[in-house]
Amino acid sequence: MLSRGVHPLMADAPQIPDEAETRARWGGFAFNADYAEKAKVAIGRYPEGRQQSAVMALLDFAQRQVGEETQTQGWLPIPVMEHVADRLGMPYMRVYEVATFYTMYNLAPVGRYHVQVCGTTPCMLRGSDDVFAACKNKGLVKGATTPDGLFTLAEVECLGACANAPMVQINDDNFEDLTYESMTAILEDLAEGKQPRIGPQIDRKTSCPEGGPTTLREMVSENHDYRGQWNEGARA
Amino acid sequence: MTDAPATPAPPPFVGPLADKDRIFTNVYGFQDWGLDAAIMRGDWDNTKALLDLGQDVIIDRMKASGLRGRGGAGFPTGMKWSFMPKESKDGRPSFLVINADESEPGSCKDREIIRHDPHKLIEGALVAGFAMRARAAYIYIRGEFIYEAKVLFAAVEQAYSKGFLGKNACGSGYDFDVFVHRGAGAYICGEETAQIESLEGKKGQPRLKPPFPAGAGLYGCPTTVNNVESIAVAPTILRRGPEWFSAIGRPGNVGTKLFQISGHVNKPCVVEEAMGIPFKELIDRHCGGIRGGWDNLLAVIPGGSSVPLVPAREIVDAPMDFDGLKALGSGLGTAAVIVMDKSTDIVRAISRLSYFYKHESCGQCTPCREGTGWMWRVMERLRTGEAAVEEIDMLQDVTKQVEGHTICALGDAAAWPIQGLIKHFRPEIERRIADKRGPVMEAAE
Repeated sequence: MLSRGVHPLMADAPQIPDEAETRARWGGFAFNADYAEKAKVAIGRYPEGRQQSAVMALLDFAQRQVGEETQTQGWLPIPVMEHVADRLGMPYMRVYEVATFYTMYNLAPVGRYHVQVCGTTPCMLRGSDDVFAACKNKGLVKGATTPDGLFTLAEVECLGACANAPMVQINDDNFEDLTYESMTAILEDLAEGKQPRIGPQIDRKTSCPEGGPTTLREMVSENHDYRGQWNEGARA
Repeated sequence: MTDAPATPAPPPFVGPLADKDRIFTNVYGFQDWGLDAAIMRGDWDNTKALLDLGQDVIIDRMKASGLRGRGGAGFPTGMKWSFMPKESKDGRPSFLVINADESEPGSCKDREIIRHDPHKLIEGALVAGFAMRARAAYIYIRGEFIYEAKVLFAAVEQAYSKGFLGKNACGSGYDFDVFVHRGAGAYICGEETAQIESLEGKKGQPRLKPPFPAGAGLYGCPTTVNNVESIAVAPTILRRGPEWFSAIGRPGNVGTKLFQISGHVNKPCVVEEAMGIPFKELIDRHCGGIRGGWDNLLAVIPGGSSVPLVPAREIVDAPMDFDGLKALGSGLGTAAVIVMDKSTDIVRAISRLSYFYKHESCGQCTPCREGTGWMWRVMERLRTGEAAVEEIDMLQDVTKQVEGHTICALGDAAAWPIQGLIKHFRPEIERRIADKRGPVMEAAE
């Protein structure tokens, strides 16, 4: 059974809830003091009269605040988008357009953890099928939220960590160099309220070759300054 | 017979690169990204002296360095800067926009620059922005780079706190601001005019050109959009001299480059190497070879998802640079090297890219909006073999109808991987169709 709100074909045809209950719950939405300050700073990055440029930042803040209030990753109810529009003096339609265009804005509620598995070719080649299998065997269904409200699974497009494929982004954190086992362990940790280790799940520093660097070995142990060698003869 | 020239030109240097000639020395983040550590590595070293060269000298030296844009198209960076107006006749300011919307499947280099060497980018923003007489730089970072954006915001803050940015930046007398703008998940915003639209707070749909951004870009003002890597290498090029940079690599394809190797190599990684390094040397030296050995190599997508694949026999000795890969009917793109061994379902690999383009089409131009979905659906049929042989030619024909008929290059990018597949792996596609149909009774002669 799918939980309410998230349709399995959500990516293709967003089911945007705008019912009386959504209005009742979110009609009074306003930025809290923390996000109001962040919004002010964001607007200040753009020239006078160009505050519309801050709409992406404000939608992100709004989604985060909704997330904090609902103990989920957050989403953007229509009345919340309208609050952002009012804050920036934009027509509501212009904000709906932005919110529906960019994939990181959730148009329907998601779970506590938004499990976004990259399925694009570089990750596919390195085993994203196994990552999806791990999700499936933990009861996660693409485009849906688990009945306990903990996990929403989505297949996303390239997240720009291809040298560390396959990878998943869960809320704000990347988990890379995954296998069936490590993905299973991450989901189990999260379900138990534990924080799994962020980044590569194998013995590897960021995008450095596994087993140690083939270049710049001095940098491993000290903040080496190569300028002194700039004028030394041979290039190789 | 004519006399041989007395001194033949030395062969071009195509690697391996020495550590001292690497620009991104903290690429793996073994050391701190912060300002103090960056200064110890050589960033922000008397930046005022670079600015004191003056705008024209900086641009001339960037031209002399031979740097070609690192975002994929390979347009000469110095020349791009020179298109910006030298004075504002109507009071409009100029802007530099730095494209950190790294979303091309296979690409993951700007991420390493931003999270591990952000001050190279920020110093580059000041130098480049000064050279093109810009009022400010906006760094457009893709929304999914959440940690990277945190680092970048903090690094910009550090630079302001030392007076490197803002009023009288670095004591040069020039006022310059750097702002970070987060995207929110849209591949198309890597296209320069879509990025400008997005910066203005709209849907990221590309604009028709002309007018080009150098005439009317962000907020209708003269704008140059440059890739992160192009900007981040500029201070080092100016410090070491254009001759240093242009002596690496083959003529017209010079400098160092961050290669990102993913897929079926033993050790995928990001590594800075000389332009033009032969493919085999790149893989053997830094990636521990091909999974299962060189005989197990099937094909390579050498420059990110938008370029056609190259079959194993053609790529092995190929120089990894713009012209070398163009000669093979492919391209260097962002130097995102996707390696596929013989275990790969090659039709599925390309079909998945077709799905990517279908997902990322902004929907503005009909050939792309409708074509990407159509091409993906046919690719899926070819993947399973549930198609007619004639559909291969029909698909090829449709890719030609999409290519070149859209405002931006996303339509082209969706068409090229399919064209590459049909060109090199047509027998495999036909085999699947034949297998699906089962044995056909042939009439006896």
